[in-house]
Amino acid sequence: MKTKNILTNKWVVCIVIIALLCFCAYDIDWSSLAYFSWGSLKGTLISLLQPEWSFFYNGSGEDVFSLMVMTIGIAFLGTFIGTILSLPFVLLASRNLWKHNTIIPRIGKFILDVLRSFPELVYAIIFIKVVGPGPFAGVLAIGIHQIGMLGKLFTEEMESMDEAPVEACHAVGANGIQTMFFARIPQLLPIYASLTLNHFEIGVRSASTLGLVGAGGIGATLIFAIQGRRWNRVSIILLCIIVTVFLLDLLTGYIRKKLR
Amino acid sequence: MKIKDTVHFQWYKSLFVVFIIGVCFLGSAYVTDASLSEVFGNLDQMIAFLEKLSHPDFSYIPTLLSPMLKTLKMSMLGTFIGMLLAVPFAFLATTIATQNAIVTNIIRLFLNIIRTIPNLLLAAVLVAVIGIGEATGIITIAIFTFGMVAQLIYESIETIDLAPLEAAESVGANKLQIAVWSIWPQIMNSVASYFFYAFEINVRASTVLGYVGAGGIGVTLSASLGLFRYDRVSIIILSIFIIVLIVDALSEAIRRRLA
Amino acid sequence: MIVFDHVSKTYDNGVKGLIDVNLTINDGDFVSIIGLSGAGKSTLLRAINRLNDITEGEITIDGASLSQANKKQLRLIRRHIGLISQQFNLVKRSTVQKNVLSGRLGYYSSFKSVFGLFSKEDYALCNEVLEKVGLLDKLHERCDNLSGGQQQRVSIARTLAQQANIILADEPVASLDPVTSQEIMEELKNINVTMNKTVIVNIHSVELAKQFSTRIIALQDGRVVFDGDPESLTHDQLTMIYKGNAFLKESGK
Repeated sequence: MKTKNILTNKWVVCIVIIALLCFCAYDIDWSSLAYFSWGSLKGTLISLLQPEWSFFYNGSGEDVFSLMVMTIGIAFLGTFIGTILSLPFVLLASRNLWKHNTIIPRIGKFILDVLRSFPELVYAIIFIKVVGPGPFAGVLAIGIHQIGMLGKLFTEEMESMDEAPVEACHAVGANGIQTMFFARIPQLLPIYASLTLNHFEIGVRSASTLGLVGAGGIGATLIFAIQGRRWNRVSIILLCIIVTVFLLDLLTGYIRKKLR
Repeated sequence: MKIKDTVHFQWYKSLFVVFIIGVCFLGSAYVTDASLSEVFGNLDQMIAFLEKLSHPDFSYIPTLLSPMLKTLKMSMLGTFIGMLLAVPFAFLATTIATQNAIVTNIIRLFLNIIRTIPNLLLAAVLVAVIGIGEATGIITIAIFTFGMVAQLIYESIETIDLAPLEAAESVGANKLQIAVWSIWPQIMNSVASYFFYAFEINVRASTVLGYVGAGGIGVTLSASLGLFRYDRVSIIILSIFIIVLIVDALSEAIRRRLA
Repeated sequence: MIVFDHVSKTYDNGVKGLIDVNLTINDGDFVSIIGLSGAGKSTLLRAINRLNDITEGEITIDGASLSQANKKQLRLIRRHIGLISQQFNLVKRSTVQKNVLSGRLGYYSSFKSVFGLFSKEDYALCNEVLEKVGLLDKLHERCDNLSGGQQQRVSIARTLAQQANIILADEPVASLDPVTSQEIMEELKNINVTMNKTVIVNIHSVELAKQFSTRIIALQDGRVVFDGDPESLTHDQLTMIYKGNAFLKESGK
């Protein structure tokens, strides 16, 4: 049997997968499951189904509603900064803007890859040390991460765009800046806007977790509620997060459809 | 010559958009206590902190190998279990397989709800309910993957060629048979591709799941931060970065060959 | 007047696009370039406004050398050469007006054009050329809402807005139906005759070439194998150019 046949044989692939999984499963600390009790789960579930509605809005500024507004604010500002700051990197990293130079696009892409590889939590930890705990650290964390994420997506769109109008601009005697504004930007703007809106929604999700490390928003309150086993409170918070993301999904979906 | 005869004939649309964005911007800045001066004012603190981070403790690497490996195994198992559950639900979530709009919409709503819960928060809740350890991490990843991949799969089912399905239906195959013999072969490659895509995302996510106690290298990170051992923090961050790079590269290579 | 002097183009991978081309195209000519795909038609056409570079020889336009021109000079030369392509090369999401006005970009500084500060005269010129191609009512229409024929006419309007002396058309009717193709070719002929503009067309249809041109140039594997008026283009020569009888069967000759 030739080597290639062995590697692509269905049964071999299955056996390899099963072996891999067993290898993984062997080492895992399954002990935590031993402490699990169905009774406590039932109790938790019952509490989860009775949200603490009074915690939703009580005018204290610490309630779910205000914190959710703060969380959305963090996501918006972070995505805003991320979009604006990613643009110079996109100009550096797009191959079709650097005809005779392959080094600069590679450096640009590398920088963007570095920025998006770190989880937002790591950035949040760093920024808390810089600007102190609070929502602004969350803004910066999301912002820097989005530079990487949006930067990579924007670059991919730029590199796969239709070059025919660009050629038309060159044929007319337009210079680089004019070509950018008359041929490239009109094509890319709708797609960029759509991607930005999508990542704003993802940002809201991230922003709600960053509170974990103290970067503001609803995350901190949620963690305290979980640690205090106040499941009614946990329930209202989770409910609020789910509904907010759902509504934002509808809103951004609607706007994105209008952009087509 | 009026404005409406020029290229700016829809100036009010642009103005409206700028206005809305401006309002949201100011609102966000107010709500988050944003201040540019703080960023630049504390620049020296940032430099001091970065300086502390710039001496990674390379001797700590051997201690990191085990949690790293656990993180990878956690992701692998979680992704696999999540995908296993995702496939049948994905079939239920599209009218192409179920021919039933009610069932499809209920399943889709269910999937949407699961997808909106952020990863880390799910982990925190599960840790409080089940307990700390990698098993919780695996369950978190499984649920997260389930939500994400189910959507990807049903979206790809919606784009397949319907002719083989019609052919199967005309010879009397029932829905299950059609699903297995006509739909599945067409999406098989995409599903494998989604596995690696999900794995890539999960490795990234699982590195921090440990922060709430769900196992893996996040636990070490949280511990080192608590002890203010920034030299260890930086070597952990560095290793997370390298692992993510490697997994990304491998995953991309495999997905390119599957496409 | 465009002069090709011993022009050759060899690509990086060794393939020869053009081999020793010598041509003189006078003002007011309506030239059709015919030949098989890959014979070098596009290469030749796009060398005239230097969208393709040549490797040997010289191209001069009204005495000014094209290959020696620096960036600024090239810009000035290109202002007076219009290009129409098979895919129309329009910015689909922009309006007709914006696309036509983009023909004037060569006359503006970056600052003014970025903010859309075109002069009153240019807006008037835009209306005038759209009137000429019969599309004035579509001034603010998005280009992707127009038919193929209409989009090509917007392209033509753009070259008129440029006030170009030379119009290059790279397979302008290849994606259009026969009726619309006839209309577009008539439009180009009209411009050629009434405004005395040089029109150079790459075209697959020999009938259209014969019907409209004052001169036909045939390329085969990068060389000019025929250069003369349409009447002297014989059946045998066409067979040689197109290497076989296939096209002859189709056109029923």
